[in-house]
Amino acid sequence: MPASAQQQVIVSINAVSKSYRRGNQPIPVLEGISFEIVRGEFLALMGPSGSGKSTLLNLIAGIDNVDSGSIVIDGIDIATLNESELARWRAAHVGFIFQFYNLIPVLTAFENVELPLLLTSLSRTERREHVEAALAVVSLSDRLEHYPSQLSGGQQQRVAIARAIVTDPTILVADEPTGDLDRVSAGEILGLMERLNAEQGKTIIMVTHDPRAAEKAHIIRHLEKGLLTDVSP
Amino acid sequence: MFLLKLLSRNAFRHVLRTLLTILGITVAILAFGLLQTVVSAWYAGANASSSARLISRNAISLVFSLPISYRDRIRSIEGVAAVSYANWFGGVYVTEKNFFPSFAIEPGSYLELYPEFVLAPDEKQAFLLDRKGCVIGRKLAERFGWKVGDTIPLKGTIFPGTWEFVVRGIYSGAEKSTDENQFFFQWEYLNESLKKTVARRADQTGVYIIGLKNPQNAAEVALAVDSTFKNSLAETLTETEKAFQLSFVSMTEAIVVAIRIVSFVVIIIIMVVVANTMAMTARERIGEYAIFKAMGFQAHHIAGMVFGESLFITTMGGCLGILLTFPVARKFGEVMGNFFPVFQVDRSTIYMDLLFCLIVGIVAGIFPTWRAVRIKVADGLRRIG
Repeated sequence: MPASAQQQVIVSINAVSKSYRRGNQPIPVLEGISFEIVRGEFLALMGPSGSGKSTLLNLIAGIDNVDSGSIVIDGIDIATLNESELARWRAAHVGFIFQFYNLIPVLTAFENVELPLLLTSLSRTERREHVEAALAVVSLSDRLEHYPSQLSGGQQQRVAIARAIVTDPTILVADEPTGDLDRVSAGEILGLMERLNAEQGKTIIMVTHDPRAAEKAHIIRHLEKGLLTDVSP
Repeated sequence: MFLLKLLSRNAFRHVLRTLLTILGITVAILAFGLLQTVVSAWYAGANASSSARLISRNAISLVFSLPISYRDRIRSIEGVAAVSYANWFGGVYVTEKNFFPSFAIEPGSYLELYPEFVLAPDEKQAFLLDRKGCVIGRKLAERFGWKVGDTIPLKGTIFPGTWEFVVRGIYSGAEKSTDENQFFFQWEYLNESLKKTVARRADQTGVYIIGLKNPQNAAEVALAVDSTFKNSLAETLTETEKAFQLSFVSMTEAIVVAIRIVSFVVIIIIMVVVANTMAMTARERIGEYAIFKAMGFQAHHIAGMVFGESLFITTMGGCLGILLTFPVARKFGEVMGNFFPVFQVDRSTIYMDLLFCLIVGIVAGIFPTWRAVRIKVADGLRRIG
């Protein structure tokens, strides 16, 4: 990581609390979480089921709202944005990688990757260039016209990664990106994420159960019962 | 373009379900189109009537006739351009199953007043010269394979006996809405026979047809005609040709209303079917909508996808239904020609078909869109896997 980037905080989480309701009963999920992520960091969030790591990831990605506290990403407090502003912000700043790839089954690999670009002002030709570049990064240039059902799990996840990076977002959020893959495919995906972080300086926040996946991260943060328990470099 | 591609592929994700839904819409639109055409056919006579003609009949009932002596007195009334007369004959050909409208007319004046019955000049001349001659509509001729020169025996139901006529001409309609199933013969032939057999029924006619100099004076002329014969043995009731035709329709108004209701019920049923299909679709795709939202797509994008798919399916079914309406209506018209001499799909029916496709598509999409738009991204993503 370049020295200048090491200093630049890209994600600042301040006293974030979140609870869900079961009937009239509030169930606390996160309590007073505070930490920072610098640009170009590869961070893994670990913890047992129900520890709140996916909830924290959702809050950082702007797909859920905090009860209290603030999340500032690249200078914007996303807790103050309304639904529509949040959608526009996500389109520009967040790339998602899901456990189950979540590709649209009726669209080809090319079309799936093109989806986020439909929200930009890029021309069709420019979109094509971006999509081809993104699919080249994940080594799937020869699978442009394949539908998800014609691809292996690992290939589908690579298409999902191409979709996540095609808009060159500020952060990449990955929720158990290797959770549905065999060991070989998981290794390939983690290698790819490592490469994106190292070569393109992508800031990656990954939730995982898998210690082998977490090893690839620069920093691992553990959550337990909604609290940060330790920090390991 | 991308949206259209996505909509069409989404629509056929469950091929059987979508095809069955499209088939349901096709059948509903076809049924609606046919039922509306039946209603239009019911009013065909009234719609084809001219505002320049009045019909004068016995004020007591159409069953009673009017003296032929009224003709000259009507002709002398201010605003009357021409007068003709006609008698409902009600003859049947061989059996009662072969029913068609048959009239005894005063040929010269009648054909002048009804220019929509287009007859070749030589055929018209032959008809005028032959007291036992008749002219028949093109469809009627096709139905029984009659040609000019054929002799046709009709059994009289109102005027007993077997009556023989020689076909002197075959008319065609000037408009699509002109009835081409009618049979006209000379009133003189009927009258002469009646003089010999039932003298008290001679020199009578069923209705007078009055041609107006100015259609705007219809009310004044009708009043003048009725005033002329007030307190006579046969008082008249004079009305526009349209009102006269509608008086027949009003006798069967309940059937028309029932047909209309059924046609709309068909549309409501298919609306529920499509709404159910779209609700199932939206429920299955909640996770996908959440993914779209996570990527930054907004409520209006999601609404466009759901409404678009709903409209795509209804439009496909609707277009198929409309396309099928024409050949099916033609066949229906051929089979039911006895009851509906004019059976054609109106342009307004097609517009209503299209409007209902649009309404069904939109209404069916409302609830699924509401669900898809309201789903929280995190909740939607939790449903995947």
